Amino acid sequence: MTANGGSSRSVSASDPGGSRSDATMTDNAPLGSPRVDNAVIKSRDLDVYYGDDQALHGVNMDIPERKVTALIGPSGCGKSTFLRSINRMNDLIDIARVDGDLYFHDKNVYDDDVDPVALRRKIGMVFQKPNPFPKSIRDNVAYGLRVQGKDDGDVDEKVHTALERAALLEEVEDQLDSSGLDLSGGQQQRLCIARAIAPDPEVILMDEPASALDPVATSKIEDLIEDLAEEYTVVIVTHNMQQAARISDKTAVFLTGGHLVEFDDTNKIFENPESDRVEDYITGKFG
Amino acid sequence: MATDTPTDTDFGQVSRTKDVAFRLLALAATLVGIVSLAALLANVAVDAVGWLNWGFITSPPHPDPYEAGFLPALVGSIAIMLLIALITFPVGVGAAVYLEEYANDGLLTRFIQLNIANLAGVPSVVYGLLGLGLFVGLLGFGYGTVLAAAFTVALLILPIVIISAQEAIRAVPDSQRQASYGMGATKWQTIRNVVLPRAMPGIMTGTILALGRAIGETAPLIMIAAPTTVFGIPNSFESKVSAMPLQIYTWASYPETEFQYGVVAAGVVTLLIVLLTINSIAIVIRNRYQQRT
Repeated sequence: MTANGGSSRSVSASDPGGSRSDATMTDNAPLGSPRVDNAVIKSRDLDVYYGDDQALHGVNMDIPERKVTALIGPSGCGKSTFLRSINRMNDLIDIARVDGDLYFHDKNVYDDDVDPVALRRKIGMVFQKPNPFPKSIRDNVAYGLRVQGKDDGDVDEKVHTALERAALLEEVEDQLDSSGLDLSGGQQQRLCIARAIAPDPEVILMDEPASALDPVATSKIEDLIEDLAEEYTVVIVTHNMQQAARISDKTAVFLTGGHLVEFDDTNKIFENPESDRVEDYITGKFG
Repeated sequence: MATDTPTDTDFGQVSRTKDVAFRLLALAATLVGIVSLAALLANVAVDAVGWLNWGFITSPPHPDPYEAGFLPALVGSIAIMLLIALITFPVGVGAAVYLEEYANDGLLTRFIQLNIANLAGVPSVVYGLLGLGLFVGLLGFGYGTVLAAAFTVALLILPIVIISAQEAIRAVPDSQRQASYGMGATKWQTIRNVVLPRAMPGIMTGTILALGRAIGETAPLIMIAAPTTVFGIPNSFESKVSAMPLQIYTWASYPETEFQYGVVAAGVVTLLIVLLTINSIAIVIRNRYQQRT
């Protein structure tokens, strides 16, 4: 396992150092409207392989700033793989390999001069299963500040702010020194969200953040995600279509084999998708 | 409910004979170990009565069994143990961190891994030979010194420390590493803040068990020419040193029955008490660590 290596990519000869943000999408463009204004992240012909298996096929889409973008699709469709390729978490898997381009603010994150550790400080992540550290609530939230060297100012104030933004402060204000593991599952996940936003990243990636939670905790997380989009760009993987419909502004539908089939405004996807397969999937005919 | 179809309440019985038989067999297997150990301890403890006293543990050895003491061997063993812990802990944990967190899963890594596993099974007398050649001969630590003894026995238990530390590190859930990397932590920050704290109780347990093996080792000490009996306590790393098992072994070969039974038994009980003390101290440290994390 390596933290900042392990992936290789082929640099296309026409790539003038990552300023190809206006690159037109090729034949691989999905149905719908894959281009958006004020895009923060742009994926161009992104392929991801695990060994000999291709997990993503030429993904082309934009992710708009300060909106919630949902990635939906059946199991094994590559939506989590796409999410993890945004902050290069796939680098941690030895056999993962990436082809194509992924721009964050017009900089290709797979360029050789990009440090994945630095990238992850701009793009936070929340995982499927709540994974707080066996440390106090305070130390959990402060973890990012400490490892990123942002703990010079008033750490306590930043911890409070992050907990408040994550809608957890009221419940834990009197027990900041008790272990994060003593919280309920839903609280733990909000703690992880607080931990992710404490160092103030620009983008928050969420990998099925509510799938391990009960309905009440889920609805709290959903409310929270909508609030977070006022300040952060949120990308969320979910297998729950109602959830995507409720909280997202844009929706990308991945279908079997790692193909992005359609990308558009969430309303459009759920009311009048262009692809018949997407319509079948949305209406529960398969998947 | 229909009354014309009577419900059958006789479900019958299922035989439990094999259940009971296996349970008794398992109990017997457990007792073989525990009872024989208890009998041994009781036997030694009875023999030690009257011999294990303050004079015994505060005096040097003496040709007269009623004057014989254990102090130099006792202090020697403790000194060797402390030095072994200081050597094996950083080296063992360092090797385990490298193999688990840094090394790629290549041929070389597997070769190293296989060798460590094999080294854990090499007889201790072979390590004694190695210690004689390397530490006494090549590096000039001196015959039978604290330094030579500690390094030789440290090599002997190092594979055990490495393997148990690797297991402890491997048991740290990957989700914890992912959480750390996802926060933009470097590899070192992740190891330092997440992996090692969580693996530490397991690493300590492994090291303690290995030290327990080290304190009973005799063969490698004989190979590096540690004296069987010393009369003064070691006062430097270059002092000649004897250890408790070595001294006990020597006493057992004396012709007087007072040595063969009383003095040897007193030595064995002392050795066991020291062993249990080291283990308890380490377990307390480990539990403290566990609570903090």
